[in-house]
Amino acid sequence: MRYESPGTVADAVAMLAAEAGIAKVLAGGTDLLVQTRSGMVEPDLVVDLKRIPGMLDIQAEDGGFRIGAGVSCAALGEHDELKAMWPGVVEAANLIGSTQVQGRATMTGNLCNASPAADSVPAMIAAGATVRIEGPNGDRDIAVEDLAAGPGKTTLEKGEMVTSVFLPGRPANSGDAYLRFIPRTEMDIAVVGAAVSLTLDDAGACTAARVSLGAVAPRALLVEDAAKALIGTKVDDDAMEKLAAACSAAASPIDDKRGTVAFRVDVAGVLARRACGIALSRARS
Amino acid sequence: MSGKTVTTTINGDAVEFVCGADETLLDTLRDRLGLTGSKEGCGTGDCGACSVVLDGRLVCSCLVLAAEVEGRTVETIEGMASGEELHPLQTKFIEHAALQCGICTPGFLVAAKSLLDRNPDPTETEVRYWLAGNLCRCTGYDKIVRAVMDAARELREAKNAA
Amino acid sequence: MPLDETLTNERKFKVVGTRPNRPDGIDKVTGRARYGADMTMPGMLWGMILRSPHAHARIKGIDASKALALSGVKAVVTAEDFEMRDDDLRDTLINVMARDKALYDGHTVAAVAATSKSIAKKALKLIEVDYDVLPAVVDENAAMAPDAPLLYDDMFTQGVDPAPTKPSNVANVLEFGHGDVEAGFAKADVVIERTFKTGATHQGYIEPHACVASYNPDGYAEMWVCTQGHFMIRDNCARLLGMDLSRLRVTASEIGGGFGGKTTVFIEPVALALSKKTGRPVKIVMSRDEVFRATGPTSSSTNRVKIGATKDGRIVAAEAELRYQGGPFAGSPVEWGAMTAFACYDLENVKTVGYDVVCNRPKQAAYRAPGAPMIAFGVESVMDDVAHELGMDPVDFRILNQAKEGTKSSYGPTYGPIGIAACLDALKHSDHYQSPVPEGCGRGTAVGFWFNFGGQTCVGLNVNEDGTVTIQLGTQDIGGSRASMCLMTAEALGIPYEDVRAVNADTSAIGFTETTEGSRTTFSSGMALIKAAGETTKKMCARAAKVWGIPEEAVEWVDGAARPAGDNAGKFDPMTFKEIAAIAHSTGGPIAGHSEINAENAGEGFAAHICDLKVDPETGFTEVVRYTVIQDAGKAVHPSYVEGQMQGAAAQGIGWALNEEYIYSEDGRLQNPGFLDYRIPVCSDLPMLETVIVEVPNPGHPFGVRGVGETSIVPPLGAIGNAVRNATGMRMLETPMSPPRLVAAFREAAKA
Repeated sequence: MRYESPGTVADAVAMLAAEAGIAKVLAGGTDLLVQTRSGMVEPDLVVDLKRIPGMLDIQAEDGGFRIGAGVSCAALGEHDELKAMWPGVVEAANLIGSTQVQGRATMTGNLCNASPAADSVPAMIAAGATVRIEGPNGDRDIAVEDLAAGPGKTTLEKGEMVTSVFLPGRPANSGDAYLRFIPRTEMDIAVVGAAVSLTLDDAGACTAARVSLGAVAPRALLVEDAAKALIGTKVDDDAMEKLAAACSAAASPIDDKRGTVAFRVDVAGVLARRACGIALSRARS
Repeated sequence: MSGKTVTTTINGDAVEFVCGADETLLDTLRDRLGLTGSKEGCGTGDCGACSVVLDGRLVCSCLVLAAEVEGRTVETIEGMASGEELHPLQTKFIEHAALQCGICTPGFLVAAKSLLDRNPDPTETEVRYWLAGNLCRCTGYDKIVRAVMDAARELREAKNAA
Repeated sequence: MPLDETLTNERKFKVVGTRPNRPDGIDKVTGRARYGADMTMPGMLWGMILRSPHAHARIKGIDASKALALSGVKAVVTAEDFEMRDDDLRDTLINVMARDKALYDGHTVAAVAATSKSIAKKALKLIEVDYDVLPAVVDENAAMAPDAPLLYDDMFTQGVDPAPTKPSNVANVLEFGHGDVEAGFAKADVVIERTFKTGATHQGYIEPHACVASYNPDGYAEMWVCTQGHFMIRDNCARLLGMDLSRLRVTASEIGGGFGGKTTVFIEPVALALSKKTGRPVKIVMSRDEVFRATGPTSSSTNRVKIGATKDGRIVAAEAELRYQGGPFAGSPVEWGAMTAFACYDLENVKTVGYDVVCNRPKQAAYRAPGAPMIAFGVESVMDDVAHELGMDPVDFRILNQAKEGTKSSYGPTYGPIGIAACLDALKHSDHYQSPVPEGCGRGTAVGFWFNFGGQTCVGLNVNEDGTVTIQLGTQDIGGSRASMCLMTAEALGIPYEDVRAVNADTSAIGFTETTEGSRTTFSSGMALIKAAGETTKKMCARAAKVWGIPEEAVEWVDGAARPAGDNAGKFDPMTFKEIAAIAHSTGGPIAGHSEINAENAGEGFAAHICDLKVDPETGFTEVVRYTVIQDAGKAVHPSYVEGQMQGAAAQGIGWALNEEYIYSEDGRLQNPGFLDYRIPVCSDLPMLETVIVEVPNPGHPFGVRGVGETSIVPPLGAIGNAVRNATGMRMLETPMSPPRLVAAFREAAKA
């Protein structure tokens, strides 16, 4: 294995494109190093992006924020403006692993690792976030939900890398929230994750909503039926029950060491309802 | 495998070492630099026994490549006491019997110091969540949390007195 | 005992019972303490182990030629490098290195030594093993089914009459008890019978197994090992390699947790064999994955419990059938499970039957009160249910039926002075029990028992010229016992704690001493030290007598000084310990004491726990809101470390009850060999763990000490099960009481 830490995106892309064997991008390394240690991934080349200017920056852009691919979750949690705008996204990112892991893990890494249980991904999807991809053929922006192709697989082409996440500006009277279920209070992978982002009009009716679930399908789901259950309502108990039902219906999980199908289906609805309640109170405040 | 020469600062001292490209910072500290105070309990970032501070951030040294620390600063348990004088956290851990076997202790101390450096007056809940990535199987955490809270109090009092 | 008339239980202690700083504290807070993996030796090689990916497979052949051809690879060992044997180490040997069959996922099949970790890792991939995969069984009930895959065609169940003619996976059947349970149940007004399951749990010590072995061409060898018993390491390694015991010197490193799991050998004979083959020191350090897959977890179990009582709350009969699987060899702790099941109670009619079952799982190893927590889960659950059925308070029901001095225990012996009554009394009067149950919580209580052990123990006690003392211990310090040893020695000599220093002596520096296990260390090494101290002070009195020119019998040792015994002995100023030490050279030479004992009468341990717990009815998430541990310590030598044992044991029990378990796939592969998915409690999972130390002196120890390391892992499963029942109305029958299981139970209850 070779280790490189290029100073520009162009150099990084050139290295990734030129590598004949397995090339991996290193951001926080909290997934990659675990996988290389276990032999699950045996890269020939690791490209560390953290020495590329801008990768560690959070910058205001078009009323929202552009977050460099090397920004740690801990740094996100320390950014007051970002936290005020997208509390659900930041909370989701801050749930990943321990304090130690927070010091290294990035949202981009969380996304590119393509685990269906990634905490920050449903929150980013609910927020309508996009990612910027740079590669041998230039750059392109795609929706977060279009990046993962399945467990451990992305839609990135050879030589491409995600260089930033963009969180758009938040409309007035909006709120977001993310909740996950784990059996302990910390240190677990989500058994179910649910994110809700919604916008109210002046009368308190929901005009827009996005709902996303994690760990209940091969990749994080954007649940449109759940959003529909909210839009046009005052987000009352009845609407929230319909949202919960839509989430449970959308969930198609597996039985594994972390939970059963029945448990995940049930809890997907429960968490979506609870996250909706938090998003709602944030939108109203 | 090609060796990488790395120049860095560890516990305030300039250090140069050669490492393999896939070598973790933990392996380098332990096997090349003789700094065996950082422990490997899992190698996957789940136990915190290898905690170090990298450029001011608490991290698991098992999840950092040694090559990454070029030009950076690393603080380990070996740098916590100043000469003969223990850090108040170290003293309080002994006084409160906050260790039994002691294997997790260096990681807890490094993590706790990182907390108190940021938050001199943490609540019990803040202490518990900050330290949730440091596993201890001996104590049930009770005396560890008490020791951290007591050290925080002592540090605050010392600061107020100064 | 008592060993010395002056050391009675009524004595007022000067240093025992205080809380000084531990002697090894500084080393451990500065990172200087050297654990298993912290040792290196000149010219050292790295050893690594190839493990079976299959739960059950015939090994048809192993080809290591490609690995051996890799530059830097110095040797490969397989079963061929160990001579087969048919004695008490047979199973250990097969576990250390698979022979014709791999018996579980993670079973060692070969090992390599190379000049670096990365070369060793590469070499493992080049070793070709030809497996014939066999059907596997990992559940005790499935293993007992008539059509179960058999691990061995020559295992015929022991302990049944007539002896079976067909082989099975049941190694042994054991029975304990007295009276007539059938007659007892016939008298009962209430009988409750339920079947419980407990998942297999791992000790979860944070330090993986590690050792360095250095075998010299002259046949002498040294080892550095993280272990609970370096004499056990010496015995096992020397015998497996055909060495005299005197040729192997084993030094115990500082140990990063054991809880029973480091009372046997795994990598150590392999490292020694690799060192012998290469002529160089070899270090092996397990990964966490290896620790989970290949070292001993405890048994999983299935237990039927039946308790009958009359309306007045007296238990008239109690019965249990226990099935424990212990991995691929006989020797699960079902015997101790069957013995401890009803040990807390005074019963006229009691019967327990235990089945020792083999499975394709790693060989079980001792885990804190081995075998007791599993059956206590069932017994303490049914105790609460019987009390509820009778309309009695569960604590009062236990008090009414508690064992006492003179009770014939369910496992045979008659109790001397025991602490269960004092524990339950302390429970009733505790601040926790007296406080109202917090909003939304259920409160559960349970009791637990553990035998505690003594055993063969040597200590040395050297008086230094300046009057300080060095004590040599053969029992490994796994949780701070050096502090308690120094306290007891200081007490017995009448000198300050700070003047006593403890060292853990290697196998060549002290006589044979059994492993640190069974809560025996403070009890038996302490007893030996008190005896050695008595010998020392006797010698000191003789020196004073010599100086004073009076008979030795006319001098007595009081408060750390030799004094004339009574007015007739003459008038002399007392000579202190330091003064006598300073003139030792001119009064007869060095002064030292030592003691070699086989400690008996360890004194039974009892504990009572209270748990307040909240359950989220929609997700099954549980929160332990308040927890109190009450335990009889006999005499708490260093109360902080006694509390620490109580808290640590309770935390492990809480983990066992709520989230910890080995999870297997259909084909018998372990699914969660890491701390991510083997979920031990983290700091934010637990509240402060309140403690109440009860002291009912053990007449078998000069200071009244009882072992304290294990008992408190026994009650938590029942206490939590009872708290869940009182919070939700549901009786959970399986551990861990994990969220998916709780939600499934809620659904069932809603249906019914």
